[in-house]
Amino acid sequence: MSIELSNISKSFGSYQALRDVGLTIRDGELVALLGPSGSGKTTLLRIIAGLDTPDGKNNPQIRFHEEDVANRPAAERRVGFVFQHYALFRHMSIFENVAFGMRVRPRAARPSSEKIEARVSELLRLVQLEGLGKRFPSQLSGGQRQRAALARALAVEPKVLLLDEPFGALDAKVRQGLRAWLRRLHDEIHVTSILVTHDQEEALEVADRIVVMNRGQIEQIGTPEEVFHRPATQFVMEFLGQVNVFHGRVQGGQAMLGEVPLDGHYFPGKDEGAALVYMRPHELDIKLARNGSVSFPAQVTRINPAGSVAKVTTRTPEGQEVLVDLSLDDYHRLELIEGSNVFIYPKKSRVFFPDYEI
Amino acid sequence: MSAAANPTASNLATSQSRVGTDLSGRLRLATDEPRLVKFALISVSLLFLIVVLFVPLVAIFVEAFRKGLGVYFASFTDRYALSAIWVTFLTAAVCVPLNVIFGLAAAWSIAKFQFRGKSLLISLIDLPFAVSPVISGLVFVLLFGMRGWLGPWLDAHNMPIIFEIPGIILATLFVTFPFVARELIPLMQEQGSDEELAAISLGASGWQTFWRVTLPNVKWALLYGVILCNARAMGEFGAVNVVSANIRGATNTLPLHVEILYNEFNQAAAFAVASLLVLLAFVTLAAKSIVEWRVRRDYKLALEPTKAEDVVQ
Repeated sequence: MSIELSNISKSFGSYQALRDVGLTIRDGELVALLGPSGSGKTTLLRIIAGLDTPDGKNNPQIRFHEEDVANRPAAERRVGFVFQHYALFRHMSIFENVAFGMRVRPRAARPSSEKIEARVSELLRLVQLEGLGKRFPSQLSGGQRQRAALARALAVEPKVLLLDEPFGALDAKVRQGLRAWLRRLHDEIHVTSILVTHDQEEALEVADRIVVMNRGQIEQIGTPEEVFHRPATQFVMEFLGQVNVFHGRVQGGQAMLGEVPLDGHYFPGKDEGAALVYMRPHELDIKLARNGSVSFPAQVTRINPAGSVAKVTTRTPEGQEVLVDLSLDDYHRLELIEGSNVFIYPKKSRVFFPDYEI
Repeated sequence: MSAAANPTASNLATSQSRVGTDLSGRLRLATDEPRLVKFALISVSLLFLIVVLFVPLVAIFVEAFRKGLGVYFASFTDRYALSAIWVTFLTAAVCVPLNVIFGLAAAWSIAKFQFRGKSLLISLIDLPFAVSPVISGLVFVLLFGMRGWLGPWLDAHNMPIIFEIPGIILATLFVTFPFVARELIPLMQEQGSDEELAAISLGASGWQTFWRVTLPNVKWALLYGVILCNARAMGEFGAVNVVSANIRGATNTLPLHVEILYNEFNQAAAFAVASLLVLLAFVTLAAKSIVEWRVRRDYKLALEPTKAEDVVQ
């Protein structure tokens, strides 16, 4: 089921959590709301679920499959909500937790107890918790609890599945496993899902599309590839992955770093001004000697080769720290040590103009 | 330099303070006191218990049975004693349910909502604990007594409160209302409202959420509060003494009845009725222990590992 949001604002006292947000989510999509804490992503999720209400003054609209649900209570929206801290009913067994959504239906719509039992078993199998139905939430590990919470949310056959930092309380290893599992599960059941996370890796790995949020507004919406490789704003550039920032300028429309013109950054309308040049660590190369192309000198200050790439920290003569990700092959070939004098070659760069409107 | 800046030194310091060697050179924990200290502490507390608790308790039963079993049982089968028992149970039967409702409502609103004056409400709930019961009784005399604010109006409409059973119930209600709320507030605050939100998102109505999620989560704390509330409701003397007319067979509760008997030098009967209150206290303590034991057992059961192993982490 598709979800359309428009004119969603929300303030808590003088704090504005959401400013006029609009968003469309296609049927069957898995979308990640990504942003730092305080960016409004959880508030937006709770508004979609009906656990919170948007400010009414500028005609906010929440449409599920073209049907306005803004005034429907949470209980009628058929939304499955998964909480960061699971929120499993602690006094009920896992079986009863999953069955809850079916048991509270009005008598006429309530399935028979055999049907409930069959459905719960099926869901427990789906989330790989067969045989654990009799346990209580406190007897499960964190990862198991979150899967139980997911089964409980799926039991009401939700039209939309909302996950609020579902893996936030788990340790890194478990989180990684569950991430891949969630993606597989989504491919299997295809329910429209929205995942809130502050972990860019999680969003990049799991989501079909990512909505990057900052200060109550949407910065960019796009596929993981788009937001990572073609960030629309300075914020998206900085939030997704590591960056090196250089202070450059524009001269006659040409972006310059120091005295060097940057290839492919020509801004016809812009005559003069400051520019910020961004380069990701993997978009830089290290060579021991200077050749014809654009480069700048630096000294290696730290090397961390423990990983799939060697993370090299360097310092320019002006004192700026520059991070470079080097393939392990290159790292061994260059025989770098701390203190080596090298030249850094940008393979790709992006230019943003700092905001002067403030 | 702070301790954190020098971890080795601080680690060393803690390990030294925790494990020392005694005179014979054996390692012992820092929390192991010498035997003499242990012995002294235990004897002091035991002695204290014997003097202020055990001896008075035994005395009650000794006095109660001094004139034999016949007098003992006659003491609370006489008309006045039966009436006092009836008034006492009636008072508890009205006060406990009302305080359960009030306690749940207060704890619910304090734990799950943010509102102005919340901390004032929390302090006010404690008021009956802070005020002398006699004052609590006098407040109602001031409000509803013949010379009080509402007294003349109540009298004109033939609805007497003071010196009648409604007065006793009101005074008891006031004295006992913190018990349930006090037990529930910290627990409900700790539990937060995530489970309620989950229930609502699963389609449960407000009532279903309350009966199936909120109430089961606090049931033991609630029962504990009810037990304490009941004990106090049946045992309250000060506040009830002020608002009751002390008319035998009409507005007497068990504690008041004991006092009247004692003042009439009817020692055996006084202690016999008192022993009834003591038995009530025993029942309360037993109920309290059972509740505590159930809580511990539930908790242990929930932590007990079962055979099935994790499928996927």
